[in-house]
Amino acid sequence: MEIEFLVQTLSSLVAAASPVVLASIGETISEKSGVINLSLDGSIALSAMTGFAVAFTTGSVWLGMLAAMAVGALMALVVAFASITLRLEQVAVGFVLAMLGLELADFLGNPFVRKPGPSVPHWPIPYLSEVPILGPILFDQNLVVYLSFLAVVVTWWWIYKTQPGLKLQGVGERPESAFARGVNVNRLRYIYTVVGGALVGLAGASYSLSIKLGWSHRHTFGIGWIALAIVIFGGWDPWRVAAGSYLFGLLKALGSILQRNPAFANVPTQIFSSAPFALMIFALLLISSEGVDRLLALLPPRVARRIDRAIRGRPPGGLGRPFVQE
Amino acid sequence: MKVELVEIKKYFGPVRANDGVSMTVEPGTIHGLLGENGAGKTTLMKCLSGYLHPDGGKILIDGRPVAFASPAEAIGHGIGMLHQDPLDFPQMRVLDNFLLAFDDRLMPDRREGLRLLRELGRRFHFDLDPDAEVGRLTVGERQQLEILRLLALGARVIILDEPTTGISAPQKAQLFETLRLLAEEEGRSVIFVSHKLEEVETLCDRVTVLRQGKVAGEAEKPFSVDRLVEMMFGRSLPPPTRPPVPLGPPVLEVEDLTVASYRLAVEGASLEVRAGEVIGLAGLEGSGQRLFMRACAGLERVTAGRIVVDGRDLTGAPYRRFLEAGVAYLPAGRLEEGLIPGLTLTEHFALVEREGPFLIDWKAAREQALERIRHYNIVGRPETTVEALSGGNQQRVLLALLPHGLRLLLLEHPTRGLDVESANWVWQQLLARREEGTAILFISADLDELLERADRIVVFFAGRMMEPLVAEQTTVEQLGYLIGGKTTKTQRARRFSL
Repeated sequence: MEIEFLVQTLSSLVAAASPVVLASIGETISEKSGVINLSLDGSIALSAMTGFAVAFTTGSVWLGMLAAMAVGALMALVVAFASITLRLEQVAVGFVLAMLGLELADFLGNPFVRKPGPSVPHWPIPYLSEVPILGPILFDQNLVVYLSFLAVVVTWWWIYKTQPGLKLQGVGERPESAFARGVNVNRLRYIYTVVGGALVGLAGASYSLSIKLGWSHRHTFGIGWIALAIVIFGGWDPWRVAAGSYLFGLLKALGSILQRNPAFANVPTQIFSSAPFALMIFALLLISSEGVDRLLALLPPRVARRIDRAIRGRPPGGLGRPFVQE
Repeated sequence: MKVELVEIKKYFGPVRANDGVSMTVEPGTIHGLLGENGAGKTTLMKCLSGYLHPDGGKILIDGRPVAFASPAEAIGHGIGMLHQDPLDFPQMRVLDNFLLAFDDRLMPDRREGLRLLRELGRRFHFDLDPDAEVGRLTVGERQQLEILRLLALGARVIILDEPTTGISAPQKAQLFETLRLLAEEEGRSVIFVSHKLEEVETLCDRVTVLRQGKVAGEAEKPFSVDRLVEMMFGRSLPPPTRPPVPLGPPVLEVEDLTVASYRLAVEGASLEVRAGEVIGLAGLEGSGQRLFMRACAGLERVTAGRIVVDGRDLTGAPYRRFLEAGVAYLPAGRLEEGLIPGLTLTEHFALVEREGPFLIDWKAAREQALERIRHYNIVGRPETTVEALSGGNQQRVLLALLPHGLRLLLLEHPTRGLDVESANWVWQQLLARREEGTAILFISADLDELLERADRIVVFFAGRMMEPLVAEQTTVEQLGYLIGGKTTKTQRARRFSL
């Protein structure tokens, strides 16, 4: 009984975390190339709405997902054009787009509010889903969840194992050096920003077509901002970014479990719904605080350096900095 | 491979950085490119290596004209450049740096890369850990990595832009040995860009001297130093003078100080500095001298010991109290820590006016800026932003910003990257401050500078602070040994007798 409950909880946690995983991995890709796509929150809202609207109108979930990805990619393209070609302030452009996307989704999504619509079909993977405990948690899910797994693994492999991935790191780290080695810095930045944006769009679709079906006012509440924080929390490393996303999911799940406990009956529900956000920020603060430095100073230098590298990632050296050839 | 530059012209707005420069580099030689800061050396080399497109003139390789659209094309033709600040990726590992954009395959061949890196490293006696993060290497090691990478890409002509800035004496010796090997045994050409006469004199076969964007002259080995100086500056320079100043009471007393970062700890450091005294701090980069100096400026957390400035105990006091006590600190990163990029000279001078009125009198501020620009010989206008200035002029601005009547002046690499004339000027200004009773503490990697300018020299090795040496009684060799962590016989004897 206890085990069953745990498996069920973890399974829904993995599913619920998939949009956050997709969005934060998408953002990781674009930030690795040196471009901050701050439009995430608006991008997710707009793509969630578009995804649902297209799926609702055409009856095809897949067309909905594609449309959502296109919207995410388009938002990212605007960020890329403004920051790479026009050399505007990335943060300002992204912020304005975040606001715009949110309002636009609300406005355009009005006809679709609280309409029942299609959803991504449940799709257990044969054999794997029958493995005890792990099977139902990881492999008794839908396609969007599997895509979120795939995004993490492929992104990690691409960045750290392939030659194009090396170039991606180089472009974000120090564009001048990458240019010196014959890398077309701005073209790569465009490509990766747009690819990252498409993943963010998929995150939006997974919200309205898989996790929280349908469309309503402020449907994707704040998830984009938390994904942005998770990228920093995860030190721009796909595995740790994924871990951060699941940690956030866990905090949310714990909130709803505690909320159902009669002992907390008179605690306002808002506490439980907003606590995960505060806890995430607290975790970020803790990791970057000076106290950790003091603790590390007590350890032998080799160990300290390793731990430092494991818990703290430094941002790509060229993050947010446009590249101009002399 | 023979490289000819014919009448190269490169203009930046009204500035003629290269105004019809011609030079020929023969295969198998080390060719020096000498000139003071801002003479146009780097611009010329960037034109040759594809970073800049010349506005006029021709580049010939073995007699055939070439034009490079990018550095990648230049390296494709066998021309590679090592920049003053190596263009690498500090957060990435050595092997990844080596392999980045090495070829167009999907999967980089790490095993093959490792083999190539090791093999080349062995040939030149470079000992690089392929898994080390590049940011943790010394500048010298980062240069070694870049040289190996350029060689692996098939460079036949290697350009080095001021490669000896910021590397240790043994690394410099090793670099020179490598360059000779490349030229004499492998028949490659080396272009050695420098403003340091001694280096060009010992290393190069031929030298081209640039002055204000034009060729001032050429010379062959053996060189006449006086002649080179005249070509560089258009006149000969007087030797540095150092008027004696009577020492006053102690202004800085450091007792049994311990400061630590988790990479390094300086323990039990004690030093007394008297008014008018100049102390040089020597050591390989990261040996603790910077930590010690920043502690004296109130910028590091002190775990034990005392820092007394002018009789007042300032241990653990905030930086502001140090400033009030007349301590000033000039960091090595002029643009990163010292100045504010984007602000003009006038704004900088107005900013340090702490007692000024609430509303800034811009007219007066501009007058004052003009005054200081004249007095400190800064090449710039009150409206010039600091990042547009050359390194030497940035250092002049930093000096102009210092208030008068300081008790203690702390300087990190005060003349790094400056030519002889600018360096002399900087030291003239600094030494003049001794007469106001200012004590000076400076970090330098230049042994001659330490011996020439300091009264006493303190060597740091791996966080250990050694007994101060009297500069007049110390030789370059002794100092070199101590910096490398070896003590001379007399020193050992003295320690045992204590």
